[in-house]
Amino acid sequence: MLKIADKTFRSRLFGGTGKFASSQVMKEALAASGAEMITVALRRVDLNNPEDDIMANLDRHTYWFLPNTSGARDAEEAIRLANLARAVGRTNWLKLEVTPDPRTLLPDPVETLKATELLVKDGFVVLPYINADPILALRLQDVGAAAVMPLGSPIGTNQGILTRFQVEIIIEQARVPVVVDAGLGAPSHAAAAMEMGADAVLVNTAIAVAGDPVRMARAFAQAVEAGRTAYESGLGMQDRQAAASSPEVGLDFLR
Amino acid sequence: MLSIPDFPQLAERIAACTEADVQQALLSEHPGIQGLAALLSPVAAHMLPDLARRSAEITARRFGRVIQLYAPVYLSSFCTNRCAYCGFSADNKIERRLLSMAEAEAEMDILHGRGFNHILLVAGEASAKLGVDYLEELAERTRDRFAAITIEVQPMSTEEYRRLFKAGITGVAIYQETYDRRIYDQVHLSGKKCDYDYRLQTPARVAEAGMREVGIGALLGLADWRCEGLALGLHLAWLRKNYWRTALTVSFPRLRPAEGDFQPLVITTEHDLSQLLFALRIFDPDVGLLLSTREEERYRNGMIGLGPTRYSAGSSTAPGGYAHPDLEGEQFAVGDHRSLAEVCASIEAKGHDPVRKDWDSTFQKSF
Repeated sequence: MLKIADKTFRSRLFGGTGKFASSQVMKEALAASGAEMITVALRRVDLNNPEDDIMANLDRHTYWFLPNTSGARDAEEAIRLANLARAVGRTNWLKLEVTPDPRTLLPDPVETLKATELLVKDGFVVLPYINADPILALRLQDVGAAAVMPLGSPIGTNQGILTRFQVEIIIEQARVPVVVDAGLGAPSHAAAAMEMGADAVLVNTAIAVAGDPVRMARAFAQAVEAGRTAYESGLGMQDRQAAASSPEVGLDFLR
Repeated sequence: MLSIPDFPQLAERIAACTEADVQQALLSEHPGIQGLAALLSPVAAHMLPDLARRSAEITARRFGRVIQLYAPVYLSSFCTNRCAYCGFSADNKIERRLLSMAEAEAEMDILHGRGFNHILLVAGEASAKLGVDYLEELAERTRDRFAAITIEVQPMSTEEYRRLFKAGITGVAIYQETYDRRIYDQVHLSGKKCDYDYRLQTPARVAEAGMREVGIGALLGLADWRCEGLALGLHLAWLRKNYWRTALTVSFPRLRPAEGDFQPLVITTEHDLSQLLFALRIFDPDVGLLLSTREEERYRNGMIGLGPTRYSAGSSTAPGGYAHPDLEGEQFAVGDHRSLAEVCASIEAKGHDPVRKDWDSTFQKSF
């Protein structure tokens, strides 16, 4: 079971609510994904309005909502959104996104660290979205982040895990759960992240814009489960070229 | 908090490993604790050349073809602990010496003159005679002349380590001696050192205080070396998870039957020591591995390039032993009597660079 802060999750696939053709498709796709944790953009939904087209389609008892600060350009804006989420959304959980560059939507490491530290002190459970920077992940862990969410590739690109080497280091070093977020365009990408030992993945675009989002959601759920099982079972190693080409070493000095 | 499983549990885990497990660990970039258990296993003992090759490859990639040199300075042989294996044990009838500040500085100056920049200060546990004040003053007096000064003395509090770091101490070596609690109680007869847990948590306090480096180790000859190896791996992994800013090293002091009155409780051969060292290198590519002058010239020459990254040289293990080479009362008998220049020549002959300065005191100075 995945544990973040004091909450446990059976599903290691996190979902999102953006980019779906309709709220009905979103509802069915999320149900098919088996996801328990759903991130919602504060700029997109009205958490407190039962008539809101997204919120009306999602049962608060089935899903654990993770409001995100999508659209925030610096720490100050993110903190303002966080406080709004807590006031009206009755949750102190937060996916922190600080993306000053509207083109790539890559996260700002300096503002993210600053905001995380302040929000944690203020009682928030913070899951920061970051570039796959191992030292940043450790610094965020040190100031109390509940998990870290490194990107596989820039959001919406469907490129898969281009940051593999860095994500591997983050997974190896982190004490908090690592959720690979952004860029996972196919179930095989999600499986790869899970095989590497990621604690969970967040997939939105690839499901929302698929030809059949409901079936694609199911495919991602299966891939995440397969990847996790493979990781837990201990993968066989690929042969390294270097092993065959290395010269013999002499140990005849041993007595 | 770190806890180390009982040795029977560790032994069981190691004994369960197969040749396939060893092969997998040799191929993996991250063998993990399970891989370490395999590399330490009796099965892996038959594959020592494979372990050596992999260890050499990782060491070259991570550290390059260099060996860093250091020398110990023994400050005091007073000790309030009774430890069955140690030459400084409180009930040993030796003439005790505590160097004055001037004498200690003189010893360090001799080593500086010989070309050493990395110094390890060593003392028995007798806080009333040699405590944090002494070390603080000595560090402040000598920090400008040395790149790095580490200490191997009694365990201290986080606050004391903070003071010493500020004064110019760069790292702390604190060996558990044995991770086997049963044997630990058996060989530590009296004194503060009897507290296994306080000692076990000491590296964490060192790291907490901001020290650049912490060295851990097991005294080989007290308990099963394979289990000690697995415990060392667990300790390393725990420290890495919790104190990512701190560099880590491991030492491999080995007791041999010829030394003194204490006979090792278990025999650890050169073959065993090599397997242990290779296994830890493969498990943790970044850890510094120290091989002291306890080991003989032949062995130390042979091991150049295969895994160790630091050698001591020209060591005396008696307080005042550099100024007065005939002094008795050493902690242990040295196995490699060569001078720094001779050791450097051997390292060069093996195609490696003997590095004498790899730090600078400027890093931790406040202006």
